[in-house]
Amino acid sequence: MPILLERRQLVTPGDLIAEGEYIAGENTYMENNKIYASRVGIVEYETKKVDVVALKSFYVPRMGDIIIGTITEVGFSGWTADINSPYPALLRASDVLSRPFRPQKDDLPQVLDIGDLVVAKIVSYDRTHDPQLTVAEPGLGKITRGQIVKVTPTKIPRVIGRKGSMISMIKQETGCNIILGVNGVVLITGKTLEDEQLAMRAILKIEEESHTSGLTDRITKMLKEEKSRKEEKKNE
Amino acid sequence: MAAVITRVKKKQIEQLIAKGKRLDGRGLTDYRETKIEQGIIERAEGSAKVLLGRTEVVVGTKIEMGEPFPDTPDAGVLTVNAELVPLASPRFEPGPPDENSIELARIVDRGIRESKAIDLEKLCIAPGKKVFVVFVDVYVLNHDGNLIDASALAAMAALLNTKMAKYEVEDGEVKIKPGYEPLPIKKRPITVTCAKIGDKLVVDPWLEEEQVMDARISMAFDDDGNICAIQKGGSGYFEPKQVFEAARIAKEKVEEMRKQLNW
Amino acid sequence: MNDKPERLIDKKGLRLDGRKLDELRPVKLQVGVISRADGSAYIEHGKNKILVGVYGPREVHPKHLALPDRTVLKCRYHMAPFSVQERKSPAPSRREIELSKVIRESLEPAIFMEYYPRTMIDVFVEVLQADGGTRCASITAAALALADSGIPMRDLVVACAAGKLDDTIVLDLMDTEDKMGSADVPVALMPNLNAVTLLQMDGTLSTDEFESAVNLALEGCRQIYALQKEALRTKYVNVKEENKEEAEE
Repeated sequence: MPILLERRQLVTPGDLIAEGEYIAGENTYMENNKIYASRVGIVEYETKKVDVVALKSFYVPRMGDIIIGTITEVGFSGWTADINSPYPALLRASDVLSRPFRPQKDDLPQVLDIGDLVVAKIVSYDRTHDPQLTVAEPGLGKITRGQIVKVTPTKIPRVIGRKGSMISMIKQETGCNIILGVNGVVLITGKTLEDEQLAMRAILKIEEESHTSGLTDRITKMLKEEKSRKEEKKNE
Repeated sequence: MAAVITRVKKKQIEQLIAKGKRLDGRGLTDYRETKIEQGIIERAEGSAKVLLGRTEVVVGTKIEMGEPFPDTPDAGVLTVNAELVPLASPRFEPGPPDENSIELARIVDRGIRESKAIDLEKLCIAPGKKVFVVFVDVYVLNHDGNLIDASALAAMAALLNTKMAKYEVEDGEVKIKPGYEPLPIKKRPITVTCAKIGDKLVVDPWLEEEQVMDARISMAFDDDGNICAIQKGGSGYFEPKQVFEAARIAKEKVEEMRKQLNW
Repeated sequence: MNDKPERLIDKKGLRLDGRKLDELRPVKLQVGVISRADGSAYIEHGKNKILVGVYGPREVHPKHLALPDRTVLKCRYHMAPFSVQERKSPAPSRREIELSKVIRESLEPAIFMEYYPRTMIDVFVEVLQADGGTRCASITAAALALADSGIPMRDLVVACAAGKLDDTIVLDLMDTEDKMGSADVPVALMPNLNAVTLLQMDGTLSTDEFESAVNLALEGCRQIYALQKEALRTKYVNVKEENKEEAEE
């Protein structure tokens, strides 16, 4: 009973990947003992589990995920945020204020307004309710400066790289601080707008070419070339 | 009454059908009791009421004069409309025709049009200028499943019941003469709908079976046993061999019905 | 059209556009053509030119239409006023409303509707130019747009029509053939699951002819399916090739 395709082979929804005693992993489904792909992506497998690394997907909330969201609505006792997902997320006033909410005294837009960015954690989510966020932990809260860029969530691991090698390299070459939300939203804070935009380009390039090899080298090369171009311009 | 079917009922229906039986005791290819009454609306040129189990549909026809379509200047015009009136089901809402009533009208239209049931060329008064327009209005009064077959049957019965005024053309003017003659009918198409539940096909699904089915397929046959219209509906699918089986079943049922109706 | 051709199939067995009886019109497919949409695809099938954009899964508007246990799939098939010989009014016609429904019903079996409750998926089909078989071409492109958007699917969906001209069953009717022929049978298929998700027919066919037509249409579907997979592959493989060249320089 075989796995019918080689590793790293591109599959499309409905392609038969394996038959028999296997476990249907990410982006696959099982019917009649056969495992089919459910998204466009690349086949990966280890021993019994067959996965498809999807080339494009969207973020579905999970408890405990650290995400970056944008406030879209100020409600009566809290806010609604866009977390790059089919579901909007809710952030309660009492969570942000770290004390009970006082409708007479607390002016919510002063605390967080439409368009503000937050780094938050998903504290609850199930099929019947929209996800709830918290910012009541260290490292979470309102973001005051920087650029955000959105990538397909499945590419975040590639942006991180093996043992963080890719992301450390980008941080180093661009001098930027980078926070990666699991939901595919990336926050880049640098010394200049140019640095931030360079980091953005690097990340978008990774998203586009994530399924190819030699990517780390190419990104490093691109960043170094940009830097030396900047140096030349300065010296002119 | 709840619009959502309970899981228990759903399972019950599926299990019975897997064994070849239905909740109301019918065989998988049996129609519910069918009653047809013609001529129930005197103001209409033709009319018919069909009771298919508890599904009730009334069709009225009206004939008016109008212009032909530019690419068929010598032929009369057929136009079919359907209304799922709000009183017929807790699910129907007042308003302009929605996709369901439009689909229903177009399926009934196709059966009549493609089988060439009406001799449209006999409805030409002055070629390119004036023809008779046959309006077929389908009015669903109670929805208990299989609106398609009930509506198609009622529409055909109404057409068979339709009378047109006698006329003659004098100096380009249409003059009505006394007396009536029947609408010129050449064929009597009959439509049969099969629903797929599990991997079985059932004929004439009633409301609860429709709520459980994967998909349905409706096929209209003309007098010579040829298929003249098909519509698959519902968000499920058929295997190709099931499509051909449905055609075989539908053809048989149509032959049975022709004998019963004397069509 | 002033001259109506007398025969739709000539003595050599070729059709008005030179095709053989079982030959498809040329098909071109492109994926990811609308940057703002979550997924998109463009198809040229003969002279048909159709663009499909997919948005979703996203929040349902209006909220009361949301379903607690599944997503809501909406489909809008629309023809541009300049897409046909005589200008078509932009308002949705009854035909467009019916086609929107049957196209939606052809795609729904391929989507895992229960994965994303309380959301909706919008499929927008715009026919820029029409020449017979637009519903089939629309379905083929819509399935690609859905796959492009990352919405999980059981299978792709591909569609093709067969019909009867003079007295022969032929594949893939263009507009003139459809208007002058004696039957048209559009079919949509989930190829790996061998499941028919759209089937319509108008005209007159014996049950045997119907069977031949369906089987021929399914053949056409499978040929187009290969092109669908290619289109999805091309989007990702090009990048690989570009980088190989860069590395070799």
